[in-house]
Amino acid sequence: MGYHSVVCVKQVPDTSNISGEAMKPDGTVNRAALAAIFNPEDLHALEAALDIRDAYGGTVTVLSMGPLGAAEVLRECLYRGADRAVLVTDRRAAASDTLATSYILAQAVRKLKDYDFVFCGRQAIDGDTAQVGPQMAEKLGIAQVTYFEKLVELDGRTVRVRRNVGNGWEILEGRLPLLLTVLDTANEPRPASARRVMQRKRSRAVDELRKEIAAAMPGASEDERENAFADGVEKLKMAGQLIEQWNLDDIAADLQWCGLAGSPTKVHRVQSIVLTKEGFTEVPPTEDAIRTMIHELIVDHTLG
Amino acid sequence: MISPNRKGEVWVFAEQEDGRINDVTLELCGKARELADTLCVKMGAVLPGWNVRELSYRLIAHGADRVYVTHDTELEYYRTLPYARVLCEMITRHEPQIVIYGATPIGRDLAPRVASEMKAGLTADCTDLEIGEYEDKKNKTVHKNLLLQIRPAFGGNIIATIINYDRWPQMATVREGVMRMGAGDPSRSGEIIEESVEFSDFEKSIRVVERHREARKVNLKAARTIVAGGGGVGSKDNFQLIHDLAGAIGGAVGASRAAVDGGFIDKTHQVGQTGTTVRPALYIACGISGAVQHRAGMEESAKIIAINWDKEAPIFSVAHYGIVGDLNKIVPMMIKAIKERA
Repeated sequence: MGYHSVVCVKQVPDTSNISGEAMKPDGTVNRAALAAIFNPEDLHALEAALDIRDAYGGTVTVLSMGPLGAAEVLRECLYRGADRAVLVTDRRAAASDTLATSYILAQAVRKLKDYDFVFCGRQAIDGDTAQVGPQMAEKLGIAQVTYFEKLVELDGRTVRVRRNVGNGWEILEGRLPLLLTVLDTANEPRPASARRVMQRKRSRAVDELRKEIAAAMPGASEDERENAFADGVEKLKMAGQLIEQWNLDDIAADLQWCGLAGSPTKVHRVQSIVLTKEGFTEVPPTEDAIRTMIHELIVDHTLG
Repeated sequence: MISPNRKGEVWVFAEQEDGRINDVTLELCGKARELADTLCVKMGAVLPGWNVRELSYRLIAHGADRVYVTHDTELEYYRTLPYARVLCEMITRHEPQIVIYGATPIGRDLAPRVASEMKAGLTADCTDLEIGEYEDKKNKTVHKNLLLQIRPAFGGNIIATIINYDRWPQMATVREGVMRMGAGDPSRSGEIIEESVEFSDFEKSIRVVERHREARKVNLKAARTIVAGGGGVGSKDNFQLIHDLAGAIGGAVGASRAAVDGGFIDKTHQVGQTGTTVRPALYIACGISGAVQHRAGMEESAKIIAINWDKEAPIFSVAHYGIVGDLNKIVPMMIKAIKERA
């Protein structure tokens, strides 16, 4: 019994703490100089799913698409209480716009089967588009409720939720399955629990394991490494510590809808923001100078 | 998805609630009119709702040649699925080349749903739209008369121009307040076309149980003068200075993200890319360093006064008057100077 929730999470560059080195001289973004963080609103999506599991039972599966490094945000979810983690990673998914991304994530959700809720953060801070959630819902053929703030009632397959629409709120009633995009005002995400960190800190995706083995056995032959790898995967599985890793074939994705080919929007041009120094009237911080400035503003009808 | 269609109209999704057209819709009508004139095509507005036909005249006054009205009780309150059905039906029937939406809670909910069903491109939160061309160097082709969708990206640190040359319509959401709203010409004439649309049980499955709207308490967009405080104000208590200056000149209170994150003031006061875009007659930035995401939301103000202790602060790059010094001394001097004049 209970409900199966899928939570989509994203690892993003920390765009709110941009340092000088974040932009390359040619005006493109130097991703390497930006810290990778858990997309803030996705933490609230995870919390919403964990809340439902705590109250009604069921499971929470976290799903991320991205490079191998995104396994880090999945581990973070495991520390906070997620039951199962899936990473969709494939070079052919690179350069996907929101439409292609939503297609790939929807294919992964389909493979997970029998889901009741899909939760996403409202938007990710690297693009701020808020498009992937609604687009996934359409691809899955299910209804969406954006700006989720509160679960009002959950009774069998019928759910009532409150959404915040900026200049007010509304309560909507719908039937499961539903996709919800979650606001940061919805809840207070629980911290990672020390017990769960101990339990899950060894969780790995297979390619992470492969890399670790290669680093740990520099002198070993190909065969020795392969054996160690097969052994390692077996151990992770036995211990329930495997972060499932899927590529586009695993989720039966049609490549024409993935990556650059599947992305109708293309970046034509990128400009870094250059400050235009046109000069300004410097007003000394004295009473007289400020009085003169105010006078000028009144004379030219800016004030009064 | 529809194929590129050079005769296609330029459309605006006409957003209304409770019988009132959202301002951003009228702002977009002006822009869509310009785009349509550049392309020598007609401009249309899609107006779903219940008893909304009367609103068509305002859309026509603001530039629409055609208004596609769908009148249905299912459309009384905004719900994603019935509204998306109307948009997708209209796009399929009439094949517009461009569809723009306000980047409002409704537009940002609806547009991606429509884009996904149409398998078309969508660019979020544009701050400008232009018609231009794109040269595809790899395939040695030039795509003429494309919609250039211009938006800040990466937390506002870059400005990206996005295009969509093959899977149409070209769609974008546009931030509120960035396009100028025209006065509207009531003598303009246009065509009102009534379109009916069928909804499936699934599309009717979400029910509005309760609905509550409140007037926006902070109306930054309408303010003639704005006094805004940033992280440099230092504390919630000290933010009183900003309120005092705003009170003295009869202006609204704005804030930078740093001030909001610092808990000095409520998020509804935030100016910038993630807050409200404003262009008042006078903007006074106190203790705001001027991160690009803030400047993007206020740099079009007619006059800007920047007060900051750091003479290298980027806010000075958009300022008309710059005062380098301690705002705790300068702001009271300004209040005094204003009171002397009154």
